[in-house]
Amino acid sequence: MSVVTNTTTIGAIEAPSRRNTELALLAFAVVIPVFAYLNVGLAMDGKVPAGMLGYGLGLALLAGVAHLVVRKWAPYSDPLLLPLATLLNGMGLVLIWRLDQSPRLIATSMRLYKSFSPDAPSQMMYSAIGIAMFVGVLLLLKDHRVLQRYTYISMVVSLILLLLPLVPGLGADVFGAKIWIRIGGFSIQPGEFAKLVLAVFFSGYLMVKRDALALASRRFMGLYLPRGRDLGPIITIWAVSLLILVFENDLGTSLLFFGMFVIMLYVATERTSWIVMGLLMAVAGAAVVGSTASHVKSRVAAWLDPFGCLETATDQNMLNACDQMSQVLMSFGSGGILGTGLGQGNSDLIQFAANSDFIFATVGEELGLAGVMVFLLLYGLIVERGIRTSLAARDPFGKLLAMGLSGAFALQIFVVAGGVMGLIPLTGMTMPFLAYGGSSVIANWALIGILIRISDTARRPAPAPAPSPDAEMTQVVRP
Amino acid sequence: MNKPLRRVAIFCGLLILALLVRDNWLQFVRADELNAHPKNRRVQIERYANERGNIIVDGKPITGSVDSGDEFYKFKRTYTDGPMWAPVTGYASQAYDANQIEKIEDGILTGNDDRLFFDRTLAMFTGDKKKGGDVVTTLNGAAQKAAFEGLGNKTGAVVAIDPKTGKILAMASTPSYDPSSFAGYSGKDEKAWVALEKDKSKPKLNRAIREIYPPGSVFKVVTAAAALENGKVTDIDAKTDTPEGWKIPLSNKEMINHAKGCANASLKRALDISCNSVFAKLGDDVGRDKMVEMAEKFGFNAEQFTPVRSSASVYDKQADRGGNALSSIGQFNTATTPLQMAMVTAAIANDGKLMKPYMIDELRAPNVDLLKKTEPEEMSRPVSQENAQLLQQMMESVVTNGTGGNADLNMDGVKVGGKTGTAQHGDKNAKRPYAWFISYAKTAEGSPVAVAVIVEDSAGTSREDISGGGLAAPIARDVMKAVLKSRG
Repeated sequence: MSVVTNTTTIGAIEAPSRRNTELALLAFAVVIPVFAYLNVGLAMDGKVPAGMLGYGLGLALLAGVAHLVVRKWAPYSDPLLLPLATLLNGMGLVLIWRLDQSPRLIATSMRLYKSFSPDAPSQMMYSAIGIAMFVGVLLLLKDHRVLQRYTYISMVVSLILLLLPLVPGLGADVFGAKIWIRIGGFSIQPGEFAKLVLAVFFSGYLMVKRDALALASRRFMGLYLPRGRDLGPIITIWAVSLLILVFENDLGTSLLFFGMFVIMLYVATERTSWIVMGLLMAVAGAAVVGSTASHVKSRVAAWLDPFGCLETATDQNMLNACDQMSQVLMSFGSGGILGTGLGQGNSDLIQFAANSDFIFATVGEELGLAGVMVFLLLYGLIVERGIRTSLAARDPFGKLLAMGLSGAFALQIFVVAGGVMGLIPLTGMTMPFLAYGGSSVIANWALIGILIRISDTARRPAPAPAPSPDAEMTQVVRP
Repeated sequence: MNKPLRRVAIFCGLLILALLVRDNWLQFVRADELNAHPKNRRVQIERYANERGNIIVDGKPITGSVDSGDEFYKFKRTYTDGPMWAPVTGYASQAYDANQIEKIEDGILTGNDDRLFFDRTLAMFTGDKKKGGDVVTTLNGAAQKAAFEGLGNKTGAVVAIDPKTGKILAMASTPSYDPSSFAGYSGKDEKAWVALEKDKSKPKLNRAIREIYPPGSVFKVVTAAAALENGKVTDIDAKTDTPEGWKIPLSNKEMINHAKGCANASLKRALDISCNSVFAKLGDDVGRDKMVEMAEKFGFNAEQFTPVRSSASVYDKQADRGGNALSSIGQFNTATTPLQMAMVTAAIANDGKLMKPYMIDELRAPNVDLLKKTEPEEMSRPVSQENAQLLQQMMESVVTNGTGGNADLNMDGVKVGGKTGTAQHGDKNAKRPYAWFISYAKTAEGSPVAVAVIVEDSAGTSREDISGGGLAAPIARDVMKAVLKSRG
């Protein structure tokens, strides 16, 4: 590019695209799970697992496709996000496959349902669909600002998604939570997708109204309260989504939406008062739900004293919650610092949901403190790259969207891992990428896709200025 | 918007930090506590995850492991002739833990013992399954069988010892139980366990070492030993100065003899026909402190570790004169385990040298390498060699001329010594008496076996017929015969 001749503006600097860094990291992200897979096979059967080549090639193929798409359609995007997601997804597949081999879980399944089907193959398929979703996001969404146009459509879509499980005949009640819908042979958790769509709505709305929310407010008891017409719609949507989720017994997701909403409001308005109000509302909400819903009571009891409440449990529900919690804690404790090694732990004592809600306990037992910290840091890195993208984004909509998505991701990690490790009461959500579940994997791949798209826009060098016709015409006249 | 963004970034960092701190708390600080928590099934799962080593008698295992196909505890313990061997092996149950040898040598049997570290490491490299080591016992299968079958459906116990080494050759206790019946953790196992717990005849009690009985007349050999050792009697054929109807000191009662001809009977004669008056007076002559000293040299007032712990036998250290006189004929507070009486007999048969009784001969690694061999160990010398031989003369006389005729083996070159006992107990001696018999066999090379037998209560035997000579002696005879035969 002959920018040298242009003397009017600073020329575009060729920013490094970092695509080769991404490729090198991706190689690690594929090789590590393949070795983990080998490790599980050797530990459990004493021989190289038969599906190793297929698994390795499959994961490499998915990662390769994703990489090529990023290289072509989002060349300046963040180089860490894709390898991190690939590594977590790959390790998740290994852990699910490992739990598939557990004779205890097989026997339990045979007792309860008279059949057993391994989950790893379907998770592999979901991962493929997830990557396809990721590719689709990058191909269809050439510029994330397009989403701005769909602010109010997003609102409607998110409400529909949240309401779907309550539709008779479509919704499925699984273990008390009405958060699934069943279409054909598949069950989908619309809440996972609602997370993305709601983030789009919040970003679009707040971008437009943020000045009004921040400035046109009355002071009340030291806090700035915005006008009803500015705050009304967003409060309504948020409250409706919370109510739906409470009816569906999905506390984790309502907590997640609430947290995401407060964070985005705070970032948009730069008013600390939102944080204070958010916390007050959260405390009030927790007190109401905690004292009325019986399944929440069970979980709080299991959280406060898991071993003690095994003796004092008042009903079967509470006993199950306490048993699960104490099993999870013992799983972590038995792992110790370095863990028992993949395939050699007894995390399957947790019984059902060992490969979904409680998959992190398997990490704790078999990979130990070291392994858990690695996983937490991997998740932390995703969040950090997301917030960095938000900082770098040049448009408020992109900033808010990236922040909302990474904030929600961080909250989800905290709520799930904190719940499983007994830091907070268990709410029944799943570790992104790691846990078994199609909706979760697909939605989170879409989330990574959107973050990559925003980071590509943010890091893309400024386009070269159009050649100024004046530059050609003006001659320096030497005397 | 960047300032709140940075703050949110810090907030997210704090969330991750909180998780990291919590994880360290859980997996580092509390790891041991959670790992050893009684609700943690992993210890049990680990114990039954691999094939357990075996307990060996005569080179053959009397235990086994079957792959139960269970998803929690893979291997289940099995026992050959469980009821016969239960007093030796103890049990190892998936639901009810383990006891006796199964518990004491758990480390070797599961393969977790530090001494098996090398084997485990090797197995890790060769890809072999971890396996437990074996415990080789000192027991003699034929003797055990004779003891167990001799007791039959009677309540009682038998202990046989090799006097020269202290090796326990037989240890039977009836009624017994089959440890296989509750080795698992199913409803059936629970039912069997609960039934055993509730059973009034206490089948799980190892009577050979964990129950103390009044010894009655068999204790007279200890009194005789004390009299000889303390010089109260020098000639066992000389008349003693004992009136018929000897008055118990500090009491108005007189010591009654069941036998006739006890007045001034010699020590030998007194033992032959089991004169109470002679031995009560001798015990009184020796005095309480010397009696206590003698009894303790034989092992009284202390727990024995074979290595399975036995209850301590009792000789009252605080008894008054009258109590001491009664104690000297095995009444009052005197109480003993069958093991203790077998030790007394063995010490006499071994010319006064008491060997420490033991029943674990060797510990072996899964690849049959020897890990540990128990060496015979001298415990004490209660009587001198000369006095031991005098005691032997008297005990052999009991079998040839006295109450112990039923124990005679009638084998060439084998001398048998014994002593009967009929221990009365209960309030005013109202309960059916215990039948005791202690004996040893001796060849030219010394004594290969000493036996103590107790039959607690025998269904179908009328009270008059209960006697050591009648009920217990034949069992002792069969056990001795089995040992002699198995020696070829």
